[in-house]
Amino acid sequence: MKGSDKVDYLKVFVTGGIICAIAQILIDKTKLTSARILVFYVVIGCLLGGIGLYEHIESFGGAGATVPLTGFGYTLAKGVKEEVDSIGLLGAFTGGLKASAGGISVAVLFSLLAAVLFNPKSK
Amino acid sequence: MWGEFMDTTEKGKKAYGRAVDSLTPNSKLFSNCLKAFVTGGLICIIGELLKNGFTSMDFDEDSVSLLTNMVLIGTSALLTGFGLYSKLGKFCGAGTIVPITGFANSMASSSIEGKSEGWIMGLGATMFNVAGPVIVYGLASSILVGVVYYFVK
Amino acid sequence: MAVKKGKQTVVFQKKIAIEATAAFVGKKEGEGPLKDYFDTVVEDAMYGEKTWEKAESKFVKNTFEEALKKAGLKNSDIDYLVCGDLLNQCSGTVFGTREMGVPYFGIYGACSTFGEALTLGSILIDSGGGKTVLAGTSSHFCTAEKQFRFPLELGTQRPPSATWTVTGSGAAVLKENGSGPVIESATIGKVVDMGIKDAANMGGAMAGAAVDVITAHFRDTGRNADYYDVIATGDLGYIGRDLAVKYLAENGYEMPSSFTDCGIEIFDRKTQDTHSGGSGCACSAVVFCGYFYTLLKESKIKRMLLVPTGAMMSAISGKQGESIPSVSYAVSIERQ
Repeated sequence: MKGSDKVDYLKVFVTGGIICAIAQILIDKTKLTSARILVFYVVIGCLLGGIGLYEHIESFGGAGATVPLTGFGYTLAKGVKEEVDSIGLLGAFTGGLKASAGGISVAVLFSLLAAVLFNPKSK
Repeated sequence: MWGEFMDTTEKGKKAYGRAVDSLTPNSKLFSNCLKAFVTGGLICIIGELLKNGFTSMDFDEDSVSLLTNMVLIGTSALLTGFGLYSKLGKFCGAGTIVPITGFANSMASSSIEGKSEGWIMGLGATMFNVAGPVIVYGLASSILVGVVYYFVK
Repeated sequence: MAVKKGKQTVVFQKKIAIEATAAFVGKKEGEGPLKDYFDTVVEDAMYGEKTWEKAESKFVKNTFEEALKKAGLKNSDIDYLVCGDLLNQCSGTVFGTREMGVPYFGIYGACSTFGEALTLGSILIDSGGGKTVLAGTSSHFCTAEKQFRFPLELGTQRPPSATWTVTGSGAAVLKENGSGPVIESATIGKVVDMGIKDAANMGGAMAGAAVDVITAHFRDTGRNADYYDVIATGDLGYIGRDLAVKYLAENGYEMPSSFTDCGIEIFDRKTQDTHSGGSGCACSAVVFCGYFYTLLKESKIKRMLLVPTGAMMSAISGKQGESIPSVSYAVSIERQ
């Protein structure tokens, strides 16, 4: 059990690492800002999730596929497909936000708390 | 052009642009990619550890996901507040921008800075300045996926 | 009355002396190579205030007061203020000077503001419209990042071409028939747009304007680089300086090794992680008011050409795909 866990961690590391390294190449080599690259990543993750490819990346890389922002796109795609399966076409409008609700709420709450508790610092 | 001492024709500008490029040092691509690879991979490993930990506590799949996110996002917001995330980011580059921790950092850093304009028009309004496009286009593409899925399946 | 020479240069007929200067800087600048030349180093970036913007205004207020004090003057002795800064609507200098009660000209030249202020102030005095002018400017790393770039705590990386906005304020008291180095002439630059869109390469964007105004100055006055002990641009940084040397040579002017840049002088490249150098309105202002002014007064240099350069993009022009136009002013200052 231990042995196969360690191999899994290696796959997690490599998958996540490659996704980040590709973004680094885009940042250094193109004039794209990080904001544009992140939009590109979330959309790609969503589309790859839509056509059923991203689940293979996830079963290989685990958190290496879900922690990067492509994973957020994938979560949106998964959520939308589940909702469409259960309630039909209108599910296209509810599925994405439903699936990501937890993550977004947590992000809003913690950002609010951070802003209330901390002051900006110089560099 | 009257009294012109720099060539601002299209040709001149192109030549100038080439001169700028030749005099601008390149960022160290290989070492940057290596740092992004390692740090991004490490953050994902932390995510996997958290997932496995919560799963072994008998939470269901959705709860595991949420709890893992909570820890990652909470840590990122805390580090942002202490001014440490930006120091990390300088070194790690995409390794700290691409994971969901980067998303949280963009929201926390925007609202911390916006606080000086008040809680509503400052903090509240600026929170999604950097992260907004991700939500807009992420949701939009999910709606597209949903509609296509409905008709294709 | 000032006399126009050539196409873009004004030669002053009255003796317009820089009676006194003051330079207040932030922590990073106070750790740099010029640290002993500044009047005050303010360690706290917030300067005890609640917002970065208020801090910048406090820099302005205290620096301008110190310059007056050193000149032995009161607010009522000053005929005009000529000042500006990077913030929208020049908030830094407006809020910093609103209690002074001095007739006010607010100007915008981005990082070339100090050159513009010295030029306009001199023209004012030479016209006979006044005898004493306070010319000054300010910038602050945090306010500039907030307005033009990203939240301070956002985990981005700065490319090697990036420059570091100087936190501080510089002010000069110009006095007709005063004592101190005089402003002999000034060349007013044209806006030059070389099509550079990369806001992380300010030096690349601005070098064209510096070359244009320096060439114009030489053509109008018939001088070349040998006439001056020091020629210093405002904030071209390492990359911009090399570009300027190349293009000035193409215009027939070889620049000596003493050709430097305030953004290069203010930070230590090896230890302070400031990539291509310093920038911001305060860069040329504090380096001149602290360092070069002292060299002039102590007769270590006799003649200098100060060439502050400014990148004239707005907070939204870059997002609209516009390139970065630039402007520069060449101010000739010499010992009496």
